[in-house]
Amino acid sequence: MEHQTNIILPKGSIEKTTTTLNIGPTHPATHGVFQNIMEVDGERVVSTEQTVGYIHRAFEKLAERRPLYQITPITDRLNYCSSPINNMGWHITCERFLKLELPKRVDYLRVIIMELARISDHLICNSIVGVDTGAYTGFLYVMQYRELIYEIYEEVCGSRLTTNIGRIGGFERNFTNTAFTKLEKFLDEYPKVLREFENLFARNRIFMERTQGTGGISAERAMNYGFTGPNLRAAGVDYDVRVQQPYSSYQDFDFKVPVGTTGDNYDRFLVRNAEMYESISIIKQAYQKIQNFKGAEAEVYHADVPEYYLPKKEDVYTKMEALIWHFKIIMGEIELPKGQIYSAVEGGNGELGFYLISDGGRTPFRLHFRRPCFIYYQAFEELIKGGMLSDAVVTLSSLNLIAGELDA
Amino acid sequence: MALSNETIQNQLIEKFGDQVLNFSTASGILSFESSKEINLKVLQYLYEEPSLAFTFLTDLCGVNYPDNIGAELVVVYHLHNFSENIRLRYSISTSINETAVFTASKLFESANWMERETYDFFGINFIGHPNLKRILNVDEMDYFPLRKEYPLEDQTRIDKDDEMFGRG
Repeated sequence: MEHQTNIILPKGSIEKTTTTLNIGPTHPATHGVFQNIMEVDGERVVSTEQTVGYIHRAFEKLAERRPLYQITPITDRLNYCSSPINNMGWHITCERFLKLELPKRVDYLRVIIMELARISDHLICNSIVGVDTGAYTGFLYVMQYRELIYEIYEEVCGSRLTTNIGRIGGFERNFTNTAFTKLEKFLDEYPKVLREFENLFARNRIFMERTQGTGGISAERAMNYGFTGPNLRAAGVDYDVRVQQPYSSYQDFDFKVPVGTTGDNYDRFLVRNAEMYESISIIKQAYQKIQNFKGAEAEVYHADVPEYYLPKKEDVYTKMEALIWHFKIIMGEIELPKGQIYSAVEGGNGELGFYLISDGGRTPFRLHFRRPCFIYYQAFEELIKGGMLSDAVVTLSSLNLIAGELDA
Repeated sequence: MALSNETIQNQLIEKFGDQVLNFSTASGILSFESSKEINLKVLQYLYEEPSLAFTFLTDLCGVNYPDNIGAELVVVYHLHNFSENIRLRYSISTSINETAVFTASKLFESANWMERETYDFFGINFIGHPNLKRILNVDEMDYFPLRKEYPLEDQTRIDKDDEMFGRG
């Protein structure tokens, strides 16, 4: 065979001692559309560059042409593992902006749904960390209990993943008895399962050795990187929006804010795990408070704000005025007051903020979502540098990156 | 000593005089503005002054006001003091023709991507940024989509061939 002389190697390709490795955009180890261009020396990560934006959907631009209610389904698609928190975060922003007062029962019902969403979010994250360290069982096992949560959503709003739950001022309908029965079933069965799940991992030698000391960050660096939520608390900063700036009557509840010390993957796991117990306790307290309401108060599920709360469906189907009013609200024919507001809720991943600027029109002049994922993902390189490639995968999942929230 | 919006305002005025202006309080958060030239000085003062200690950058985003000639683009910083639990909103404005603004990414690592996002959508050029390139949009894009000059498609338009979109 003729000697090949036409192969031209890129300059420096022979001298280079590291390997460039593309992980993603879609890859089983990334749980979403993330691309990481890594320089690896053997199995050590030398550097990485994260590329984001694969599912960017221009939500902020879309929101500039949509009245308030049409923005709620957009927020579903941010962190889709806990969309009720996003929906309610947006509704709470609107209520604060429009200065609406809500009945206590609505707040407590919201707290139940939001804490259920937090549990389902943390459950996914923690069990996925298990999957990435080689333990698939926990993941499959807890899916059954996420299903129970989704059934409660379904009973309340009719949908499961992208929930579009609630209205400005409350809920679309009162919780049915079935919803409460399902909630009781969940409260009865889930804590035992969570304990089992915890026993599978928390003192498991393989799991501990895989996660302890990997992907760690100090409290100062975590704050500088804009970490919030469980990831910041794992580093030892006890910042929780539910405590610092209570919304939806969180000040009425008694709960702990679990913190870690090292900010590594193991601490993040433990913080999320402890938060699930706190969430169960909050749900129980809220359910108790709801049962304490008597008479007419026990039937309240929305505030009396006809300008923003949709009329009853029976009326919409039978009465002209209600139908007109329904369309006026949905099509956004109500002018907003002028002004701006920044309002935040504690999402599954941290502080989910809504920065709304209104110029007095029917749609926001500008709406910016503060997405916790997007802000803390930039620390990924610092977290994994010098570590093993397989630890980088675990770190990626223990940060709980959700592509929808990352890319907005 | 509890930090209040008034004490922050007084301290800022004492330090920067009439360079910080337009103080207002909207839904509990103190907002103020300054010229874009001193944004780093203001942010660094807020960060390093022990009595203020705004060491957490919650949010950074751009806004486009096409009618404010000479100050069309605005950069809004949301800062947070964790120990006193108080938020602060600080904004600077710049002309759409001269979009250079100093980067805050040396002070806050979190500003890195948020500034890239702001550049991506508004074309604000952060001077001194370590890696100022598009982040969510494709690199080949040659416009800044969140500026108001690019309207969303009118949903009632009729000139579109619906058959092409499967609704014919």
